[in-house]
Amino acid sequence: MMGTIFGIPPQALFGQLLLGLINGSFYALLSLGLAVIFGMLNVINFAHGALYMMGAFVAWLMLTQLGIGYWWALLLSPLIVGLFGVVLEKTLLSRLYKLDHLYGLLLTFGLALIVEGAFRHQYGVSGQPYPIPDALKGGQNLGFMFLPNYRGWVVVASLVVCISTWIAIEKTKLGAYLRAATENPVLVQAFGINVPRMITLTYAFGVALAGLAGVLAAPIYQVSPLMGSNLIIVVFAVVVIGGMGSILGAVLTGYGLGLLEGLTKVFYPEASNIVVFVIMVVVLMIKPAGLFGRER
Amino acid sequence: MSLHSQSSGRASAKAAQASATGPTATRIGALVALAALLAVPFLLYPVFLMKVLCFALFACAFNLLIGFGGLLSFGHAAFFGSAAYVTAHTVKVWGLPPELGILLGTAASALLGILFGSIAIRRQGIYFAMITLALSQMVFFLALQLPFTHGEDGIQAVPRGVLFGVFDLNNPLAMYYTVLGVFLIGFAIIWRTVHSPFGQVLKAIRENEPRAISLGYRTDRYKLLAFVLSASLAGLAGGTKAIVFQLATLTDVTWQMSGEVVLMTLLGGMGTLTGPVIGAALVVTLENYLAATSLPVPVVIGCIFVACVLVFRRGIAGEIQARLGKKSRES
Repeated sequence: MMGTIFGIPPQALFGQLLLGLINGSFYALLSLGLAVIFGMLNVINFAHGALYMMGAFVAWLMLTQLGIGYWWALLLSPLIVGLFGVVLEKTLLSRLYKLDHLYGLLLTFGLALIVEGAFRHQYGVSGQPYPIPDALKGGQNLGFMFLPNYRGWVVVASLVVCISTWIAIEKTKLGAYLRAATENPVLVQAFGINVPRMITLTYAFGVALAGLAGVLAAPIYQVSPLMGSNLIIVVFAVVVIGGMGSILGAVLTGYGLGLLEGLTKVFYPEASNIVVFVIMVVVLMIKPAGLFGRER
Repeated sequence: MSLHSQSSGRASAKAAQASATGPTATRIGALVALAALLAVPFLLYPVFLMKVLCFALFACAFNLLIGFGGLLSFGHAAFFGSAAYVTAHTVKVWGLPPELGILLGTAASALLGILFGSIAIRRQGIYFAMITLALSQMVFFLALQLPFTHGEDGIQAVPRGVLFGVFDLNNPLAMYYTVLGVFLIGFAIIWRTVHSPFGQVLKAIRENEPRAISLGYRTDRYKLLAFVLSASLAGLAGGTKAIVFQLATLTDVTWQMSGEVVLMTLLGGMGTLTGPVIGAALVVTLENYLAATSLPVPVVIGCIFVACVLVFRRGIAGEIQARLGKKSRES
């Protein structure tokens, strides 16, 4: 076969890059949800990681308790997480909009502790395996590397979801309402649009994205109550790097940082855990508003 | 914009009438509290009390930033934990006496505070919280990987040693009074800071930063100094904790620890001097109690968080002060 690239066998390099792209897909899906929610509610949803975990767990419970398979879970699990989001927004979050934004962060932090603690209490900390669906078993030999079908599916699925969300927000009428309500909710309400309902649905959509990411992640990582808690902090760093201003920025930064993390695993594995945080520091030094952000 | 603007207007109106009786009442209260703190190890288990005092100082340090500077740090465990590691390492491996170990731990936290502070104050509000959280997660991964922290095991069996070459800290009472001394020094520094012109400028920045800038204050410097002071005092608490429990572990640097100190301060009352102490005592007591039951601790802690944010934002001390109408003494 080929020789080496920078002294690294190409198999290892592309393998890590693929892993990076997979991680990046989850960063992108999660930071997209965070950005959508923040744009409308001005709340940083600390419970995002817990709801991602919940999405994976709902899929696992449906499979093991009810015999409902992956494809139905891919539809139902985000719906269930989204409904849970509706309840959270209606009963708790909606009381805080007039207060300092930090209270939203504190409230969702408490919610994250409750959700994660409850699952941990019920199912322990060990991971539960979730089988890859039959249709996506096996893989493709691309000549320079072996691509497992499921991993390819995750990258494609997350790209499709991210791009359609971006189109829906930037190009459709509903998206226009949403952007208008982000800029000036009072005025939009005066035009006869039900802004509170729009806020609820936005939150539900954002957390449903987290739930969807959880289902996609279930066959790759094991389903465990703690799967979201460290991930959410990396996603926060991604959001700081990208800046919350733009949807596209959140998505691009997510994929980019995933790839960069993969590269770090090849060339300097010790730093792979912290590379995203180091990049955050560098970006804050050079462009405090984030790569795609606007200074307010 | 600030977390406190809701109550500050009313408080300042009542400042005048409260100031007549305020000082003596506060002085008597302080003396009673001091007497209680001196006597209490004869009634309660000293290790428990020392844990309360360490966390109380930690929460007070955190509160200096959020309560008086309006900056929510979600990464204070980084300072608490790093100091614990440095103190444990210097005392155990280098064989330094405990006072030097704690001092070095505090110095390490101060340095880390300068580093993190100068990065984090570039953004405000929610971003500040996320940046401090991310930075502290970096410290967590470093603590997991560096050789001297011993990964999952942490640094165990740290000798308590002999304070100033005189007091043997293996004696629980000597250890308790040492911790009390550390706490009182830390508390005095915070009290002095809050009541200094520097503290007044911090409050001005908290209430309205653009106006403070227009008055000619270089607000970034004030915020950085407050951040470093808060980080150092959190380190003082962490270093002392390492001596008391003879242990520095990954738990000290996790984001859950950062969240815990936020809860203590929120529950006790942000922006009050005594609130974090009350909050720390309650949370530590609660955790001790819950450890003996089968109730999941994070769920209970999470529920308290949610309840505090929804209906009890002033916290216990804030609520009491609001009722008594003497908030002016402390903020």
